[in-house]
Amino acid sequence: MSLRMPRVRRARLSLFTAGTASLALLTTACGGGGAGSSAAPKEFSYLSVTENTTVKTALTTMSEGACKSANDALPLKVETVPQASLDQKLQLLAGQDALPVQFAAGNAPALTQQLAKSGKVADLEKELKSLGVLDQLEPAAVSTIKALYGGKVEVLPYEYNIEGIFYNKKLFQENGIAVPGTWDELVAGAAKLAAEDIQPFSASGQQGWPITRLVSTYLYRSLGPDALQKVADGKAKLTDPEYVKAAEEVAALGEKGYFGKGVGSIDYDTAMNQFLNGKAAMFYMGSWALANVSDAKQNKVGAQNVGFMPFPAVAGGKGSIDQYPSNVGLGITLGAKSFDKKTGAWASCIAENYGSTALKDHGSISGFKVNTEVKDANEVTTQVRDTISTSKQNVLWFEALFSTKATTVSQTNAAGLVAGSMKPEQFMQTVQDALAAQ
Amino acid sequence: MHRVLGDRRAIAILLGPALLVYSLIMLVPIVWSLGYSFTKGNTIDGFTGNGVANFSRLFDDPAVHDALWFTLKYAAIVTVGQVIAGYLLALLYVFFLKKSSALIRTLAFFPVVLPTVAVGLLFQKFFQVAPQTGPVNSLLNAVGIESIDFFGSAGSAFWVLIVMDIWRSMGFYAVLLFAGLVDIPDEVLESARLDGASGLRLIRHIVLPLSLPVLMSSLIFSINGTLKVFDSVVALTNGGPGNGTTPLTLYMFQTSFTYSDYGYGSTIALLLTVVCLLVSLVVYRVSQRDLTEG
Repeated sequence: MSLRMPRVRRARLSLFTAGTASLALLTTACGGGGAGSSAAPKEFSYLSVTENTTVKTALTTMSEGACKSANDALPLKVETVPQASLDQKLQLLAGQDALPVQFAAGNAPALTQQLAKSGKVADLEKELKSLGVLDQLEPAAVSTIKALYGGKVEVLPYEYNIEGIFYNKKLFQENGIAVPGTWDELVAGAAKLAAEDIQPFSASGQQGWPITRLVSTYLYRSLGPDALQKVADGKAKLTDPEYVKAAEEVAALGEKGYFGKGVGSIDYDTAMNQFLNGKAAMFYMGSWALANVSDAKQNKVGAQNVGFMPFPAVAGGKGSIDQYPSNVGLGITLGAKSFDKKTGAWASCIAENYGSTALKDHGSISGFKVNTEVKDANEVTTQVRDTISTSKQNVLWFEALFSTKATTVSQTNAAGLVAGSMKPEQFMQTVQDALAAQ
Repeated sequence: MHRVLGDRRAIAILLGPALLVYSLIMLVPIVWSLGYSFTKGNTIDGFTGNGVANFSRLFDDPAVHDALWFTLKYAAIVTVGQVIAGYLLALLYVFFLKKSSALIRTLAFFPVVLPTVAVGLLFQKFFQVAPQTGPVNSLLNAVGIESIDFFGSAGSAFWVLIVMDIWRSMGFYAVLLFAGLVDIPDEVLESARLDGASGLRLIRHIVLPLSLPVLMSSLIFSINGTLKVFDSVVALTNGGPGNGTTPLTLYMFQTSFTYSDYGYGSTIALLLTVVCLLVSLVVYRVSQRDLTEG
């Protein structure tokens, strides 16, 4: 349907329309100043994820106690988003220059580094040094952070976790299984349990990472602590036979049914419950699970029946079992623009008090020094804390040095690897392709 | 009246506001998004132009091929499924239940108004294998078949998705086609019956040709909807296992907002737009020809 206009008039009209449209767009695009563009922050705004309740609760406790003066000057205000939409939210806020004073800086270190490169993240090492509280961070936590974030301290160690295998002492005893020192012993133990109709491992295939962790830790044991750094540097490929071997070993566990039925639809909480209800004998997890282990309501097998062992050694491998995979949980950082004196007061207060508050109230181990003596809730917590304080060298996890895309690809395909719908070499190829695509 | 509508200035005044709003919220973003497809970057790093690199990447990205194939397969099967199911329901209403179809119509329409996420969760529980054995697997176990992990492989997850979406939408198409069938004059049916056409023959030679226009519009409607499927996949499988049930829309979403590559995401969106356009044109052409013959 033509409008029957002379061409000139029509062109003028469309120009006019386009002009108005672009003007309107420009005004809306530039109008998004938000909270970030004002000079001094008015509150200690903290963007976190819904799933993580510990930091939020501990900070609230501190704002009423140890950090009351900092809180009076700059009141704490917590906002949460579901973890799955955190990355999107951060990108939007960063694009509008409206990042809060403190925020969870992404699900993968890659995103945090991206934010830091564009000047959105405070130089925490320098700031904490000038505040005189840098020594309140555990050296082990600092070295883990530097390994993850390209040699810089880009996040605060609100958590400091090591990972290993939690096991059910009672089930081990009843079936005559000693704590396995090697991978072969672990597989033999699992076979014994499976023969007795006990599910050897519980793992969340829906999350994916609890399964890829097994692949990476196997790699650290068989090829040594630099196994995945080599992949990141392009000196090795995940498709090399010695790398595929790790995926094959983990896939073999799945093939024998050691993860139970329908591992792809098991979510994190279900996997945790399977272990804490005594339905599964072993559970690879980080030390943050101690909070659940210590909670008598959740833990039906009793904390005294839970043990913690390092991931076993691989015969003839270059790694050793005292190299624990470690992490600092969800990276939480402080914005560069809003870091002023009042924020500094909060930061030093957190550095001095968070360690003991989190341990006392939540049984959560952080990378901050514990300045007031806290009695451990149970034997397994003591065991893990001792392990942390004596461990000499740490390694990372499978996706630690991956791009966000490769991280997602790896974690969404993990369930297929153990369910048998994806061959080990195919899994490694898929992840390697995603790494190359960036 | 004719004089007013013949006046150009009047046309401009009447059309102007609507055209302006439409351009602002539809055309400008489309062109904008097209512009993004020549860039690389995101809101954190800013955008840099990279020519046609995204387009060449589109052609050798296996994930795009999988997603495109999945989208087409899904659109074809669900469209055929929901239109046939809807048509059969409509025939049931008109020829068997006649006046008493109101209750059945309401029941069949009920899933349409349920939120997709709720239906997704319902079907997840329905077909689940762990931690509890769902009703479908219990039924299989009862007749001596081992439990099937429906969401463990792309093939079976695909069929669960198909079943769910047909169940969810057939009521809607039934009502749409029912309206078309009700429009067929009783005299025509009566005279056909007098001529000895009954049952299947009546439907094949009289009802089908007469309800073809509404059938065609259902087809166009359905194809356009299914090519852009997003919510039901996210609710049921979130594209898994791996990327086994990832349509183009979800891949575009992940690329832009999870992998923060807005440029490539826009390129995938453009591909989807082109696919929708082509399919609509084909269906439209076919329906035009059929209508003139019928």
